[in-house]
Amino acid sequence: MIPARDDHHVPAGMNYFRRTRDSLAACFSFLTVLLALLSLLGCGKKEPRADITIINGAEPESLDPAIITGQPDGRVVGALFEGLTRLNAKTATPEPALAERWEISPDGKMYTFHLRTNAVWSTGGSITAADVVYSWRRVVDPLTASDYAGQLFLVKNAEEINAGKIKDLAALGAQVLDPYTLRVELVAPATFFLDLCAFRTLAVVPRATIEKYGDQWIMARPLPTSGPYTLDAWRIRDKIRVRKNPRHWDAANVQNEVVDFLPVESPNTALNLYESGAADIIWDKGLVPTELLDILRKRTDCHNFDYLGTYFYRYNTTHKPFDDPRVRKALLLAVDKRRLVERITRAGEKTASHLTPPGMANYTAPEGLGYDPALAKKLLSEAGFPGGKGFPPFQYLYNSSKVHEQIAVELQQMWKETLGLKMELRQTEWKVYLAEQSKTNYHLCRSSWIGDYNDPNTFLDMFMSNNGNNRTGWVNARYDQLMRDANQQTDVKRRAALLREAETLLIRDELPIAPLYFYVGVTFYDPEKIEGIYSNVLDEHPIYTIRKKR
Amino acid sequence: MSDRTLNGRERLTPSQRARRRFMSHRVAMASGAFMVALILLVLAWPIFSQPTFAPHLPQALTWAPDKLNDAQFHPPSAAHWFGTDALGRDQLARVAVGARVSLLVGAVGAGVSLIIGVLWGAISGYVGGRTDSMMMRFVDILYSLPSIIFVIVLITTLEVLVKQWMTKIFVGGAPEAVRLLFLFFGIGAVSWLTMARIVRGEVLSLRTRQFVDASRALGAGHAQLLFRHILPNISGVIIVYLALTVPSVILFESFLSYLGLGIQPPMASWGSLIADGAQQINPIRIYWWLLVFPAGVLTSTLLALSFLGDGLRDALDPRANR
Amino acid sequence: MYFFKRALYLIPLLLVISFLAFVLVRVAPGGPFDKERKPASPEIERNLKAKYHLDEPLWKQYARYLAGLARGDFGPSLKYRNHTVNDILLQGLPVSLSLGFIAFGFAQAIGIPLGFYTAVRRGQWADYGGSFLALLAVCVPGFVVGPLLIMWLAVKFHWFPVGLWETPWHAVLPMVALGLYFGGKIARLMREGMLNTLSAEYITTARAKGLRESVILWKHAFRLAVLPVLSYSGPLLADLLTGSFVVENIFQIPGVGVFLVNSSLNRDYTMVVGLVLLYAALLVVLNLLVDLSYSLLDPRVKHE
Repeated sequence: MIPARDDHHVPAGMNYFRRTRDSLAACFSFLTVLLALLSLLGCGKKEPRADITIINGAEPESLDPAIITGQPDGRVVGALFEGLTRLNAKTATPEPALAERWEISPDGKMYTFHLRTNAVWSTGGSITAADVVYSWRRVVDPLTASDYAGQLFLVKNAEEINAGKIKDLAALGAQVLDPYTLRVELVAPATFFLDLCAFRTLAVVPRATIEKYGDQWIMARPLPTSGPYTLDAWRIRDKIRVRKNPRHWDAANVQNEVVDFLPVESPNTALNLYESGAADIIWDKGLVPTELLDILRKRTDCHNFDYLGTYFYRYNTTHKPFDDPRVRKALLLAVDKRRLVERITRAGEKTASHLTPPGMANYTAPEGLGYDPALAKKLLSEAGFPGGKGFPPFQYLYNSSKVHEQIAVELQQMWKETLGLKMELRQTEWKVYLAEQSKTNYHLCRSSWIGDYNDPNTFLDMFMSNNGNNRTGWVNARYDQLMRDANQQTDVKRRAALLREAETLLIRDELPIAPLYFYVGVTFYDPEKIEGIYSNVLDEHPIYTIRKKR
Repeated sequence: MSDRTLNGRERLTPSQRARRRFMSHRVAMASGAFMVALILLVLAWPIFSQPTFAPHLPQALTWAPDKLNDAQFHPPSAAHWFGTDALGRDQLARVAVGARVSLLVGAVGAGVSLIIGVLWGAISGYVGGRTDSMMMRFVDILYSLPSIIFVIVLITTLEVLVKQWMTKIFVGGAPEAVRLLFLFFGIGAVSWLTMARIVRGEVLSLRTRQFVDASRALGAGHAQLLFRHILPNISGVIIVYLALTVPSVILFESFLSYLGLGIQPPMASWGSLIADGAQQINPIRIYWWLLVFPAGVLTSTLLALSFLGDGLRDALDPRANR
Repeated sequence: MYFFKRALYLIPLLLVISFLAFVLVRVAPGGPFDKERKPASPEIERNLKAKYHLDEPLWKQYARYLAGLARGDFGPSLKYRNHTVNDILLQGLPVSLSLGFIAFGFAQAIGIPLGFYTAVRRGQWADYGGSFLALLAVCVPGFVVGPLLIMWLAVKFHWFPVGLWETPWHAVLPMVALGLYFGGKIARLMREGMLNTLSAEYITTARAKGLRESVILWKHAFRLAVLPVLSYSGPLLADLLTGSFVVENIFQIPGVGVFLVNSSLNRDYTMVVGLVLLYAALLVVLNLLVDLSYSLLDPRVKHE
């Protein structure tokens, strides 16, 4: 047996032991102090509460009007920067903003805007036609690298400048006539151009600040803004705080002083913050736990409204057997869409048989295909797969999210039971999903689309053969022609007829996509305490009209 | 290690002694029985829904895990012992099927950390010096790389290749197996790192003890020293940490699945069921059965595993007289 | 001396790690500018890539990145284009550090006594009960504990705020949600370390000499028993300090933990590499401290 070591008979060891203990004690006290200091550092500041706190969805990627693409970003930017027009809080139709009035030439291609003379930057100095032209040129400038530069492609030479074919920014079809008059030349008559002028990308931004600070200009203080609010603070993943801009031309009608936007992405967190009173409003369709909707919808603080969004799935029309329209139709006819909206989404969504949502201005969509299992079976056997025999296994691609998963599982079951088809689910994370979709490397793929502006074009131009968002491999010359003809039309009725014909081709004859349901917007606020939020199809709720009741 | 442990009882071989000590550990025995029953149940589950058995069993035992029912969010009842989920699927069936993935993932994670982690840590600590430094820096590198990106790259780039290759050899059923394989690989790759550090720390402290010096003086080789003298002395820590590795890999799997990187729905695992159940916790209404049952099963399994580990370490411990 | 030698390792190590992360994140499919809707023309995408030099060969991008790094510049975030990586880290790190430290303290504060107690009461009901609690903590992760705490203590009883990060009071629930799981692990490791030490020869000798049990436990056993916990503490602290994705999400805390996951998912290249470097540096330094404390606690461990 090996003799045991005993520290007590080794004086040197004992000393070491003591020293160790002392230094350990020192270590621990040091740690404690550090800890206390850090805790103070981390949670020292408590700001006064804002008048209104809004749970706004994902953290904005940017607050630069030329850069943003997301809805949460747009809601904040809408408070800070304004364009020639803005959308009415109740109807979401364009109304005068920086431009006081305008004239349109008879061919619909020339717009002359007259700016307000009392429109000023939040830091002083008036907003002139030159500022508008600068802002637009900046959007189409390739160096700005704006995702949404396409929103200006209606303006003469914008597309060429953005593609680098014209180097001179001054060639853009927007000219200063005098400090308060602006002339815009379009490449085609567009009935929705005034809607576009209210779009965030076209908002007016401060030239001097941008030239001084570059990409981080939004973080400059003070930040000159053209909208009803100024930016107080933007702490990423914490909050964005905006404060009333007293110099704004419409400041008298701005209802609140300080507004906070909280970036929350989890429905449960949003609900907890709202229920405990830490937030006044939740306004993002993704921020409601669907399991609770049956209870929540009965409450007076839950507000549903239709808006321009459609949930659908794409077929890869280049992949056998989905190159056969009969197969595509058979699959859709076997889907009981009612089950999806009643069992899964549960916010009162309407089932969709067409792509453009109801409520679109000047347009009624054609009826598409409904639920007809018998016809589905018949079409499938006509296509050569009676009872699903010989049908190759296929995959349904979707990005990971509870609702998408549940819909995929339901579809899987419906096709198995009605048509005898075996479908595998393929769940990927967002970027892989996007990459696979744009390479058309899928069989079936879950999709959705939210309208940018209130016109069928925002949905239908997606499936023109050269559009980057088509992503189905579907090429149809007649569809392209109908869409082009429609967008050259100045007559609203005739244009609608052409668009209708195109959509019929899309959702009844060819079916490269299968519409499932239309989104419903859900906002939460207590009508006893908050007023000034109006439902409209664009889910557009300008914050300057919102206020707390006293 | 010495005859002292026998306390004058009859002489037994070490393995007989170990078995006897283990058997006398009642909690460990019960835990063992639980684990055996669980594994049997999991293996037997698919048989229950077969037409030959189904009529003789209670209905609640015969649901298929992916069968959608009209009864959504049904609380536990005679027909559905564990209730049903958002799509009306039977929760008991899902827990039973989820066990397969979770137990496999747990076993792989534990296996990898046992083999790679223990060896890596032991060698690093035993050899010391520059080798130790290099080996531990390698662990640091693996630690620092974001495991999510690692798994994404693994799944998206390699999976496609292997899948094509696999479907050429085996017909059908291959894709899901490949996904699982990569999941195991990804989880295994990160599960052994902490084990390596802990074992190294222990070995570092043990290798200077006098009994090691003495064995060395008696002419024991490095391998003998490491495997005969040092590792048995730290078997307790290894077993305990092993038992802790199982839940963390099971939960890591659920996290990956949540991000769309793990198992493919409609397949389920305990981790993904618990994650789904956790989504149900809110102040308005709780579908408690969606959380309580999967979490309860996971907890009981881990308790059983730990007590089993306890019994095992007592049985195997060279200094068993305590 | 040893410390400096180890610290010198840090530089090549970080270079290797940054290179691996740099390449790995670019190998993953999809890029930072892939969005649900494609820009109106392919030129827009090209402009974007050109602006952030993503159209250059990889080695050139890496050289550019290293040049920036040498000036202490982690580059612009590709996802949050108005912010630089430095901005985001500077803002989130203090929050994550405070949360991590207090959660670490909490985990040790419940783990060590629980482990100690269950070891001393080995085989008795107190041991089984304590072990059960520890294992319960390990099986019920933060994404379950957090919502439960919020539901009862915050929404029902209003004892604590539901979320956000304003006063020290706001930190209590996140601390528990984050620390409990690790506390359970520490308790198990501590119990094992304690059992192992109590059976060591020198403890037997000390007992034979008739030293008081409390002296044996605290003065002699504890010191070595804490070794496994110590080995585990390095990686644990690094994990905690960079925050936790889940807890930060549940409690709406503006730390960097969420970015550790999201920047990978968003393919925010610069952010991923920046965070990895930060995490790696933290990990290496903490492991170094752990290695140094081995020799403090156990004089027989020497570093050459």
